[in-house]
Amino acid sequence: ETVYKTPLGYKQALAKVYSAFALTGNTGGTGSPDIPSQIISDEGNSDFLRLYWNLQELTTDEAAWTWQNDAGVKGLKEMSWSAVNPIINGIYYRAFFQITLCNDFIRQSSDENLSKRGISGADAENIRKYRAEARFIRAYQYWVLMDLFGNPPFVTENDAIGATLPKQIQRKELFTYIETELKAIENDLLAKGQNEYPRAEKPAAWALLARLYLNAEVYTGTAKYTEAITYANKIKSASFSLHPNYRELTLADNHLNTTENIFMIAYDATHTQNWGGTTYLTHGPAAVPGDISGTSGNWGGLRHTNNFVDLFSDESGNTDQRAMFYTVGQNRLMADLYTGTDGYSSTKYRNKTRTGAKAPNADPSGNWTDIDFPLFRLGEINLIYAEAVLRGGTGGDLATALTYINQLRTRAYGGKTTGNITASQLTLDFILAERGRELYYEAHRRTDLIRFKKFTTSAYLWVWKGGVANGRAVEDKYNLFPIPSNDLSSNPNLVQNQGY
Amino acid sequence: NAQDRVITGKVVDSAESSIPGVSITVKNKKTAAISDAKGEFKIKATTGDILVISSIGYTKLEVPVSTATTMNIVLAVNNTALDEVVVVGYGTSRKKDLTGAVTTINAKDFQTGAITTPEQLIAGKVPGVSIISNSGQPGAGSTIRIRGGSSLSASNNPLFVIDGVPLEGEGGISGASNPLSFINPNDIETFTVLKDASAAAIYGTRASNGVIIITTKKGKSGAMRVNFSSTNSTSSITKQVSVLSADEFRAIVNEKGTAVQKMMLGKANTNWQDVIYQTAFMTDNNLSLGGEVAKLPYRISLGFQDQTGVLKTDKLQRTSLSIALNPTFFDNHLKVDISLKGSMQKARFAALGAIGSAISFDPTQPVYATENPQRFGGYYEWLDKTSATGLMNLAGRNPLGQLEQRFDESTPQRSIGNIQFDYKFHFLPELRANLNIGYDVAKGAGTVYVSDSAAIGYVAGGVGGTNNTYKQTKQNTLLEFYLNYAKELKAIKSKFDVMAGYSFNNYQTTNYNYASYNAAGVKYPNTDPAFPFDKPENTLISFFGRANYSLNDRYFLTATLRRDGSSRFAPANRWGLFPSIALAWNIKDEAFLASSKVISALKLRTSYGVTGQQDGIGNYDYYSYFALSAANATYPFGDTYYQGYRPGGFYSNRKWEETASKNIALDYGLFDNRVKGSIDFYVKNTKDLLNNIPQPAGANFSAFIVANVGSMENKGVEFNIGTQIIRTNNLTWNLDFNATYNKNTITNLTVIPQDKNYPGFPSGGIAGGVGGQFAFINAVGFSRNTFNLYQQVYNEAGKPVEGVFVDQNGDGIINQDDLYKGKSSVPKVFLGLSNSVNYKKWNLGFVMRASFDNYVYNNNFSQSGVLNQILGNNVLYNASSNYLETQFKGNSQQLLSDYYIQNASFLRMDNANLSYDLGKFLKNSNANLRINASVQNVFVITKYKGLDPEVASGIDNNVYPRPRTIALGLNLDF
Repeated sequence: ETVYKTPLGYKQALAKVYSAFALTGNTGGTGSPDIPSQIISDEGNSDFLRLYWNLQELTTDEAAWTWQNDAGVKGLKEMSWSAVNPIINGIYYRAFFQITLCNDFIRQSSDENLSKRGISGADAENIRKYRAEARFIRAYQYWVLMDLFGNPPFVTENDAIGATLPKQIQRKELFTYIETELKAIENDLLAKGQNEYPRAEKPAAWALLARLYLNAEVYTGTAKYTEAITYANKIKSASFSLHPNYRELTLADNHLNTTENIFMIAYDATHTQNWGGTTYLTHGPAAVPGDISGTSGNWGGLRHTNNFVDLFSDESGNTDQRAMFYTVGQNRLMADLYTGTDGYSSTKYRNKTRTGAKAPNADPSGNWTDIDFPLFRLGEINLIYAEAVLRGGTGGDLATALTYINQLRTRAYGGKTTGNITASQLTLDFILAERGRELYYEAHRRTDLIRFKKFTTSAYLWVWKGGVANGRAVEDKYNLFPIPSNDLSSNPNLVQNQGY
Repeated sequence: NAQDRVITGKVVDSAESSIPGVSITVKNKKTAAISDAKGEFKIKATTGDILVISSIGYTKLEVPVSTATTMNIVLAVNNTALDEVVVVGYGTSRKKDLTGAVTTINAKDFQTGAITTPEQLIAGKVPGVSIISNSGQPGAGSTIRIRGGSSLSASNNPLFVIDGVPLEGEGGISGASNPLSFINPNDIETFTVLKDASAAAIYGTRASNGVIIITTKKGKSGAMRVNFSSTNSTSSITKQVSVLSADEFRAIVNEKGTAVQKMMLGKANTNWQDVIYQTAFMTDNNLSLGGEVAKLPYRISLGFQDQTGVLKTDKLQRTSLSIALNPTFFDNHLKVDISLKGSMQKARFAALGAIGSAISFDPTQPVYATENPQRFGGYYEWLDKTSATGLMNLAGRNPLGQLEQRFDESTPQRSIGNIQFDYKFHFLPELRANLNIGYDVAKGAGTVYVSDSAAIGYVAGGVGGTNNTYKQTKQNTLLEFYLNYAKELKAIKSKFDVMAGYSFNNYQTTNYNYASYNAAGVKYPNTDPAFPFDKPENTLISFFGRANYSLNDRYFLTATLRRDGSSRFAPANRWGLFPSIALAWNIKDEAFLASSKVISALKLRTSYGVTGQQDGIGNYDYYSYFALSAANATYPFGDTYYQGYRPGGFYSNRKWEETASKNIALDYGLFDNRVKGSIDFYVKNTKDLLNNIPQPAGANFSAFIVANVGSMENKGVEFNIGTQIIRTNNLTWNLDFNATYNKNTITNLTVIPQDKNYPGFPSGGIAGGVGGQFAFINAVGFSRNTFNLYQQVYNEAGKPVEGVFVDQNGDGIINQDDLYKGKSSVPKVFLGLSNSVNYKKWNLGFVMRASFDNYVYNNNFSQSGVLNQILGNNVLYNASSNYLETQFKGNSQQLLSDYYIQNASFLRMDNANLSYDLGKFLKNSNANLRINASVQNVFVITKYKGLDPEVASGIDNNVYPRPRTIALGLNLDF
């Protein structure tokens, strides 16, 4: 209660709402976890991005993790997970942790509470902005839950803490809720460039709406490509442009890429320390030497499958510069899923500035990184636009779609148009491959493969899919993750997803 | 006095065996003597004086001094030995009148030898009590379980009461490894273990796991006696963890490694376990003075102990002072007991990670680097030219460097004291008032220093390392008052003893938080703590009462009641009521047994009671409070980094755990009590377990909350038998044996009882995978710490087949749904055996312990017994020799295979001790000298394949080996 007496207290509570994305707890590194050890015993594995990223990437052709004894890893690539997998449980409880923080913040910042506490004028105006941002973050986390679990429990600021047994919501209704929320707060959020970095602005809500509509058919059975184009257009007309250099998107000073960044998770090596986040993405790739990644060294973990490398006709990086493979000592073929030298590694995330210098807030031990993570950036919006047009959405046209795609390709080819494609080459299959090349290691892949009906089916087999070397199809139930057993037993309102 | 003369004499028993150690005093004078090993004594007295002759176990005798110069005295064995007084909660009781399950161990029955921590004095001595030392580190504590422990997630530690001062439940202090290590074992007179509810319920909410009452030695009337004892010992490890030799290792790398890996091989043959362990020494010296000055009985004792550990750089020094003053006033109507104990330690803690590193460090590398210029203190380290530090990232660091380059030093101090007034009313001597005021203060403070050049703290460009401080203080206070009324009504053959009291306990801790500093003393960025200190505090207020009634010395009734209020719970749940009742029937005194020659004692006891448990939970968790994040866990808004406020999970309805216990027992004595003992049957049911249970997602700020959900049962049998096999003049042989069977079963864990969806909660972290894998599950219908692993499949030759597990649910895939519940790590049966043979001046004794049906997960085998351990990392690591048996590659979740569960039943000889009593070795002096030699941890017989089968956690990983210790000691008193 004392926290919410002052406007500063509100801001510090909002800081926790945001940092629930970026941190694992109240102490840098480890020491005071948000997520209890019964769910994930190693706090360093309990941050939002590492959990979410693992589920979106380790289940696909983009990435494998060497250490099969790490909790929850075994079974992701093989698509044989169960309802007690710690990574699946981890993202579920992490998302609800942040939703619960948002609910409390929204409740505490109601107009009624503000006037009761004598907060008025500009202070109250600011807090109303915070409240809209908390609603955005809640909508984002509900989108994550809808995408991963389908039918999660549902609580809002109207449910008292510790006294309500949450009801389960169906995916379709949750879709409507997220859509309604985002539209409701659209006007309360500040316009692009008006807010403190990295707080959410209007384009963040638009970008989530565009992504939501692009996948609407998966979530509800009803396509909404026209709406996806509508919101892609809103962003495109809000003074964004592609940042000219692809590599700089994932460097330590990538907060400077203001024309491309839409919504970022901010990390800092001395202020915002966490063993997940971009620290994981920078140390994780196997074999990458410390002088390349700008860290103390690598954890020998992440590698690409050879199927992913196949997406690039030239894997050297000399033409399409997005091919940032580290190949020294690495085999191209992932002959063994759990051998650190099988599969090319990645240097996409580097804890260095554009000039190659040390990150500004570098930590002396070289453990943590300063790279911010793009939850939404303009590159994805170009791809959403093109795909929605190809899938029959209206409000856009193929010529613009081709332009947007070629903008990405020109940047990828270092400003040259040699990689540009023609209208006839712009197919849905090309879009999926291009999304792989443009957005890999940014936690999109599983959602994309499901939308293209290639995640569980035999339409696309990559090595070790289904646990066999050449890949195999698995049951459709794996398009959703199971509701954790723990929650089924503590909440009798819940019904397990089909097949689990 | 001119008329005094020297009287010599001998004390014998009815069988004419001499009795040593008998106290002979002259009534109303200060003269005193003690009989020697032959039962002989000399004392100065005058005709007409009265000699008072007493010894425990014999009836006290008063003999007038005649004109004779020699006196032969026959002491009668106190046939029942039940007049012995036993300390119970808030008072004492005659052993004869006891209705509850109480075991007392006196100093003469303690384990002997190089004992450095109090609880080891009674290891293996008490049925129903399991004491497992946590490690071989100097001063290490023990895991103590009385009747299996009544709690699942909260504390299972018993309550310790030292001279009337109850210690805080989780009573550790920063910089000290064991809260009991502050008590000098030499100052302890008795341990009293209260096991059933009748005995323990007077301690209410802290009694569910039993109570151990420690009383220290007091001042005695008579002339000053001085005692000096010294024990000096040497310790060394008995066994090493079995790993590949340098040659075996080289062969495997050369056969299966890559070219790069073969290049990494060194030329040395280093046994890293030899490098980190050493022979340790200890000296333990104690001086005590006791006697009476101006009618003030006193005892002062000074102890000094200095020991090194078998792990290099481990050191512990303890200086202790204990003062007891026990004056009486107003013709013994007012007794005052003042007890002050203080202890200072000076410790250096070795970096325990070196134990694991020594097991896995490449045996072909040398201890010290050969290149020039020498870096990292000269120790060999794995290097990487591409890294900024020059060190290979995530590679194991030199085990010896880890030890020698880290200075974790602390100087904890603790003092426990109390003053107790016991006043017998002048006008009503049956009524006593007792006031006890006590304190327990402690301060733990220390520093951790790692030099700038050490590889373990190296930072690119220098000025890394560590120079950190920690500090914690505790201030616990106690005030207790009770009235006791005891009355015998001979007319109706009845005795009443009624007590009622009040108790106030306050426990306050201050934890100081500091920033982190580098070796040069410069603060690392953003390491300032959110708060400079925090001060958790809790208060316990209690009202208690007890009524004893006995009829005809044959039928006994005890009823107790305690009402406790704890600040740890919300006001609505703060108060709990804990009753108990017990009945005993002294069958021996019934007419039909009174004349029996065989049966010398027989008593039936039965009790029922409810106790509580509140330790192991937070002080303030009944409401939600906000925690501010630290400076390195902030989030930027613009250019400013904001500390975040996190609301904590809470559960306002939390209350005590309650354990209802039933006990039925028979105490017996045969053949003049040469054989005696007891057998107890008990059932303990705990309900409202303080259990960390999942919250419905979205319904609370924390996904797990300690709530009162679930129930658990312990049932068991305890048996003990003590026999005096031989009792002759020159030879006595005593043998004591005890056995305990305890079965633990979790009976419910969910709000909706027996919820099938709830898999149970995991525990027991396995080392070897990041993110945490668990070996145990706590599930309904099973014991706590039941293994929950994959069932290994074996080939025809009986070898485990890597990665092939039984598909328990037959769905064609192996995932977490195929883990099965198997053995438990909790022993069901444990035994203790104490043996003592006296022949003339020689005494030979030993203590053995055994445990059956307990299993240990061999984490050394599972983590490092695979080829990936050697070749699957950026540098080479040594493997467990178990690899030679399994040939596992290590790509298939071998960590979760039940192959690694091993039977850890064992028989251990804890202690063997030989002593020789020189008696009065000097002419014209009363000085007595006894010398002794002992061996600690003599041998272990077990099938277990790891280092030591006694692993309290059930998961064997990085155990600090328990050394074998050989000690020589002397004990001089005059």
